[in-house]
Amino acid sequence: MNTNPLPTTAINKTKTAQQPGIFVYDQVDQQLIDERVAQFRDQTQRYLAGRLSEDEFLALRLMNGIYVQTHAPMMRIAIPYGLFSAEQMRMLAHIARTYDKGYGHFTTRQNIQFNWLKIEETPDLLADLASVQMHAIQTSGNCIRNTSADPLAGVAGDELEDPRPYCEIIRQWSTLHPEFAYLPRKFKIAVSGAQKDRAVTLVHDIGLSLVKNKAGEIGFKVSVGGGLGRTPMIAQTVRPFLEKQHLLSYLEAVLRIYNLKGRRDNKYKARIKILVGSMGVEAFTKLVEEEWLKIKDSMILDQAEIDRVKAHFAPFAYDTVTEQTVTNNPAFARWLEHNTSDHKVPGYRVVHVSLKSPQAAPGDISAAQMDTVASLAEQYSFGLLRSTYDQNLVLADVKQSDLFDLWQALDAADLATPTIGTLNDMICCPGLDFCSLANASSIDVAADIQKRFQQLDYLYDLGEIDLKMSGCMNGCAHHSIGHIGILGVDKKGVEWYQFTLGGFAENEAKLGERLGRAIAKTDVADTIEKIAQVYIEQRQPNERFVDTFYRIGIEPFKGRVYENN
Amino acid sequence: MKIINNRQIIADSWQTIDDETSLEQLPSGKIIVSLALWNDRRQALVARDDALGIKLAPEDDVADIAADLSSFALVVLQFPAFRDGRAYSQARNLRQHHGYQGEIRACGNVLRDQLAYMERVGFSSFEIDAGQDINDALNGFDEIGIKYQASSDQSLPLYKRRTA
Repeated sequence: MNTNPLPTTAINKTKTAQQPGIFVYDQVDQQLIDERVAQFRDQTQRYLAGRLSEDEFLALRLMNGIYVQTHAPMMRIAIPYGLFSAEQMRMLAHIARTYDKGYGHFTTRQNIQFNWLKIEETPDLLADLASVQMHAIQTSGNCIRNTSADPLAGVAGDELEDPRPYCEIIRQWSTLHPEFAYLPRKFKIAVSGAQKDRAVTLVHDIGLSLVKNKAGEIGFKVSVGGGLGRTPMIAQTVRPFLEKQHLLSYLEAVLRIYNLKGRRDNKYKARIKILVGSMGVEAFTKLVEEEWLKIKDSMILDQAEIDRVKAHFAPFAYDTVTEQTVTNNPAFARWLEHNTSDHKVPGYRVVHVSLKSPQAAPGDISAAQMDTVASLAEQYSFGLLRSTYDQNLVLADVKQSDLFDLWQALDAADLATPTIGTLNDMICCPGLDFCSLANASSIDVAADIQKRFQQLDYLYDLGEIDLKMSGCMNGCAHHSIGHIGILGVDKKGVEWYQFTLGGFAENEAKLGERLGRAIAKTDVADTIEKIAQVYIEQRQPNERFVDTFYRIGIEPFKGRVYENN
Repeated sequence: MKIINNRQIIADSWQTIDDETSLEQLPSGKIIVSLALWNDRRQALVARDDALGIKLAPEDDVADIAADLSSFALVVLQFPAFRDGRAYSQARNLRQHHGYQGEIRACGNVLRDQLAYMERVGFSSFEIDAGQDINDALNGFDEIGIKYQASSDQSLPLYKRRTA
């Protein structure tokens, strides 16, 4: 049972009331998640009393984020579009200490997972979450999952419009949607509002990107049928421009067609990408548009509602000071170069808090680190945090004059590994160590690789390399779209690793090309080293790894990796 | 058999007719026929005095009976497994696109924990799966009072009710 005291709320209420920067629940939003906790408590009690079968409870617990994994139940907690407050981060720390072994794991879909829970305690855990406007609704199961977004939403210079209000509108529409709770398979939506797609929209079931039409109006480009896993596919455009007022009717039309027509006989062929692939995108689009015409006028999304939600994400009152930090500390300079990025407001930087310390599994964070980051967010970044696709955190609004102090605090907490965007900033699933689906381990292989490339100068010289490693073909770490993708497979009880090269996660996303036969576990780091050597030998000035690959093709890499056998 | 109808437990007054039944064997009273039987014997079926119901399979397109809906006092939709959610969209289509006002019944693997969603999309009666406690199932309807979306039970999304 929950014996630890709840964390005290340190957030400044007056300030947040005026300028939340995050969607704040009213009593109605709160009532829904409170009722959901009570409902799940009752379901859990009925299950524990033997009145609800294993199979029936399974579907219900999944839709409350609970899986049963290798060691214990795992819970995935929703962080809608990756935005959360210091107060919520403190609650996650409390949960890590009270219900888990003191740490959590951030996922590529901007959620957080806890791996060591007890089923009978999960209703208490959900009640604790609800006290800070958090939940685990629809973070698993064959339903509409948490909507993800650009982690730099609202602060990126290349943004057409902030996607978060639309994500929140989609969150509300999809939450406990009665028609779409028992889809053929899981369903993921991502929204991007910038020129550079940092939300990997094209590997989602629906990818939405804000675009401007010829008349200068902003609306959505709608892409459908992306997804990774066993049959990786890039989403195809079904509507190049959708007016904002039709956002929800269009989503509803896509989901209805999928719910009725998606395959249910084989779970590996049940995602919408298979339906779109088998029908062809034209035929699929025709069905969707026919359905949409019937419902669009009855589901107009009012501008007043868009404005109401938008007000929660209004930009902060930024200081106009543009004081530069002057220091000749080389470690700080490295961090500044690699772990911060441009903010649209002069005098501010976006700070990337690294969860890729060689001391921990990629994406893992301890309760103490959670508390530290929460306090730093309050001190330096309007009390807000973001989780990112690449399993790091972001403090999005940091004054340049605060950077040195912030770096020292992060460095002291082992949260300043200066490798953002490099090979060592890899995306990695929990793998065989935790996940019951996995065929091979990923965490220890990640550690091998990080150790091999620990020389920072070498790592920086290799530049931007996006390495993604999944422990099985379900592809939670998105290996198919990594510049270097690694997939763990099991062959007669031995772990092997299949490489792909040239995947691409941003605009015009691409699937990687297979390098050749699988590599033994002990040779994985060597193989990456060989791939890196080919790049260094062949690159042209200022050419990224992935661009060299597109220019020279896979053969030179293949030749080097398999030269001795 | 007891069923839930508009949240009341009542005795079921409908009989389901086998596809092999000949016209002469049709019983009096309210009967439920398959889409195939309806397509074969439409004239004889509408000539009867008693109410008629139709049972669709999850793969049937409700648009196929759209023109005939006035002949049916009941449409039965099936859940071969509670995870098979096609009937949610079939029910929604019947109410939303075809304006069907009659009884829509859920049969098959119909369980307490899905009843609220079923009711929201337009189901009004429920053949609770054998082995389930039908009295307990009544508790499944009102667990969540907040409904963000419009559906067959609620024509406006929450935000429009907020400001109304």
